[in-house]
Amino acid sequence: MDAAAHDTHDAHDEPHLTPYSVYVGIWLALIALTGVTVLASVVDMKHQAIFVALFVATAKSTLVVLYFMHIAFENRVFWWFLLSAIATFVIFVLLTFADYAYR
Amino acid sequence: MSSDTAMPDLPETNYINAEKGLKSWLTTIDHKRIALMYLIAIGGFFVVAMGLGFMMRLELLNPGEQFLDGAAYNRVLTLHGVIMIFLFIIPSIPAVFGNFCLPIMLGANDVSFPRLNLASWYFYIAGAIVALFSVAAGGVDTGWTFYVPYSANTDANVMLPMFAAFLLGWSSILTGLNFIVTTHRLRAPGMGWRQMPLFVWGIYATSWIAVLATPVIGITLVLVLIERYMGIGIFNATMGGDPILFQHLFWIYSHPAVYVMVLPAMAVVSEIVPVFSQKRIFGYRFIAMSSIAIAAIGSLVWAHHMFTSGMADEGRIIFSFLTFFVSVPSAVKVFNWLATMYKGSIKVDPPMLFAFAFIFLFSIGGFTGLLQGALSVDIHLHDTAFIVAHFHYTMFGGTGVMFFGAMYYWWPKMFGRMYNRTMAYVGFAMFFVGFNTLYFPLFIAGLKGMPRRYADYLPEYHSYHALSTVGSWIMVTGILILFANLIWAIKRGKRAERNPWGGATLEWAVASPPATHQFDGPPEVGEPYDYKIPHLGDDESAGSGADEGKA
Amino acid sequence: MSDATATPAELHGHEDHGHEDHEAHYGVPGYDPTASKMGMWLFLFTELLLFGTLFIVFAAYFYKFPTYFMEASSSLNIPVGGFNTVVLLTSSLTMALAIAALQRGNVKLSVKMLNATIGFAVLFCIVKAFEWGGKFEHGIWPGSDHVSAMEFGQQVFYSLYFVMTGFHALHVIIGAGLILWVKKRTLNGTISQERLVLMENIGLYWHLVDLVWIFLFPLYYLIS
Ligand SMILES: [Cu+2]
Repeated sequence: MDAAAHDTHDAHDEPHLTPYSVYVGIWLALIALTGVTVLASVVDMKHQAIFVALFVATAKSTLVVLYFMHIAFENRVFWWFLLSAIATFVIFVLLTFADYAYR
Repeated sequence: MSSDTAMPDLPETNYINAEKGLKSWLTTIDHKRIALMYLIAIGGFFVVAMGLGFMMRLELLNPGEQFLDGAAYNRVLTLHGVIMIFLFIIPSIPAVFGNFCLPIMLGANDVSFPRLNLASWYFYIAGAIVALFSVAAGGVDTGWTFYVPYSANTDANVMLPMFAAFLLGWSSILTGLNFIVTTHRLRAPGMGWRQMPLFVWGIYATSWIAVLATPVIGITLVLVLIERYMGIGIFNATMGGDPILFQHLFWIYSHPAVYVMVLPAMAVVSEIVPVFSQKRIFGYRFIAMSSIAIAAIGSLVWAHHMFTSGMADEGRIIFSFLTFFVSVPSAVKVFNWLATMYKGSIKVDPPMLFAFAFIFLFSIGGFTGLLQGALSVDIHLHDTAFIVAHFHYTMFGGTGVMFFGAMYYWWPKMFGRMYNRTMAYVGFAMFFVGFNTLYFPLFIAGLKGMPRRYADYLPEYHSYHALSTVGSWIMVTGILILFANLIWAIKRGKRAERNPWGGATLEWAVASPPATHQFDGPPEVGEPYDYKIPHLGDDESAGSGADEGKA
Repeated sequence: MSDATATPAELHGHEDHGHEDHEAHYGVPGYDPTASKMGMWLFLFTELLLFGTLFIVFAAYFYKFPTYFMEASSSLNIPVGGFNTVVLLTSSLTMALAIAALQRGNVKLSVKMLNATIGFAVLFCIVKAFEWGGKFEHGIWPGSDHVSAMEFGQQVFYSLYFVMTGFHALHVIIGAGLILWVKKRTLNGTISQERLVLMENIGLYWHLVDLVWIFLFPLYYLIS
């Protein structure tokens, strides 16, 4: 990237047109994952259950963020923004547990 | 300040006199006018809170009760803290000078969302009104930290100051959001990230902290309010809650908030030092990146405020260890400033004096902070007057001093008038001497065991407290002189040139005071710290120092 | 537009309404959809951290009282929660479709989809209200005597349950209101194929509300 260039230069003036079918496909996947997480909760997994639930929820939210929220088609700078926000939150969680995990 | 005829020698229309009447100010979306409105409000609150601090020092002049009993002292102390932290230090430099300078430095005519900018001001004012209203409602005695369980149980009306803090939080979030987008979207052609003045870098990093950390305190205070009024126990140990969790959440915001306070101050130093050394800034990239690094590392260390509150040992050691790292980027900045001055042709004008004061006072504040970061030492120092001295050296000696410094640096630009130099030196000298007389004895008293937040003390601490109180008299006099000089300058000061200090950033390329639309077209963007290019301001000041500096 | 300058200057043609101006000014922020979206994302981060904080609180107490949390969780009705999950996911779909339709200039379909989104939002709230009502009937509400008599872990669970789902429901209501507002502006043409960033931004907000529920549902209903 040359120094003068703008980091958010718009590669496309036209909005990215996602076919309707993609949205419907994502929706079907989300419903399916909801089914998975409900079914998984019925299986007795003791303490692993929470991690399975969180894993599926993360997968679902990734789909929502990438497609419904258009991050997949957005400028690079939006990726960095989102990444810093999520990293901040993860750090807050981990360091809080630097206390709780040892108490 | 809407005077017009008194300034025949100023540019005929500028942002100040472009429109007249109170309404034109209250509805303005010009970033410069909004900056002035912040300046008035923030300056006013500073004076009020300074008066409260002055009262506390008077009470502590002698052992025993002078004129404030314990309860009254607690209320004065809380009010002093809340106003200074939430109404003065946090918004000070970003809201006033960020608003005024950031768009101009980028070569833009305004921020990205001008109306949102005005809305932020109203959030600030609303928060301030609620905070003052809480005083009328009897005041609060929790200290500015609102620790549970006390804040969930005290009879005082905690609701109001918490709500005020919530509103003020939104003010700083929205301002930060605005600055981030402005920095990304409104840079003039040719203004890449490496051509941005370091002030902009500092404000940019600050804005990220404000956006990402403030919501944590916002929702935490709301939780306390819910706990208080619905009788549930989120932080209440008698109902299964954990008070230490409140402290975690409080400091997740409030330690980074320390950097919301000090990063803008460092950013001002990074502008002043090269200009008054007439030498290109040393280590531009290191200073820019250290702002980002401070913002990042600053969010990893919060629990060093809680070493004595009952955390797990492992947690305490981890946080103590991380705390040492946060001093590295700050030190990087100090080294680069010193290297910039080295072999420069240093002009000791009033703004530069404030920058010197910052480096001196903040270094003391920083080193004493490092002491407390060490777990073993902190156990002894926790909740003593040592802490009080430490954070006054960092916050007041850091941010407060550079707020004054920024005023003395940009005042000629903001009002087109120059203040009286002699009075500036006198005011500065009294301030500096008074400051150290006021706060340094508290380090020693604290080491010897004087607890913080106490309205009374044992006779053996008398000499420290008496000295400290005398210091407060000197310091307050100095501050009043500094302020009076500036106010006097608006009306009667000598006409200031467009570029009195020989700066190379874009605000010195526009008129003093700037027009409402300061740029008619894309400005010519040069290197922000290249003082050999005489394209800015008058040739005399722009060229002078650079060659001597090479000698 | 290829660089920064072009943004405000070129787009000056469609200056922001309500901001009268006589002649073109350099560097005056005008309609810049990228800036608006950037601002919206930053705002969403504050929401993310706000709910994030509540999740930290939840995590800390779940870690402290795992068995009580699991017990209390089993009192929540999974089919009802699951149904509401599907409702919200579907509303996210209709919201996305509303934007996609307007991008193609299909105002009619767009408005239909907005209507559907509002409908789902209302449905969600109704179901939630019945769910809360059911809890109230069992004497379970924040600070009730019945809850206060429970074990610490369960008290905390119910406190957090009401606070977090309450905050979320509040966002659903605000979101529905915003979508209604967007619908009005779409109908009167303020939001159009050329200027739809406002709809996109409200859409982003709505998806965030969905995201929060995606985590709330398993954490409260499925840990038993
Ligand atoms: Cu700290």
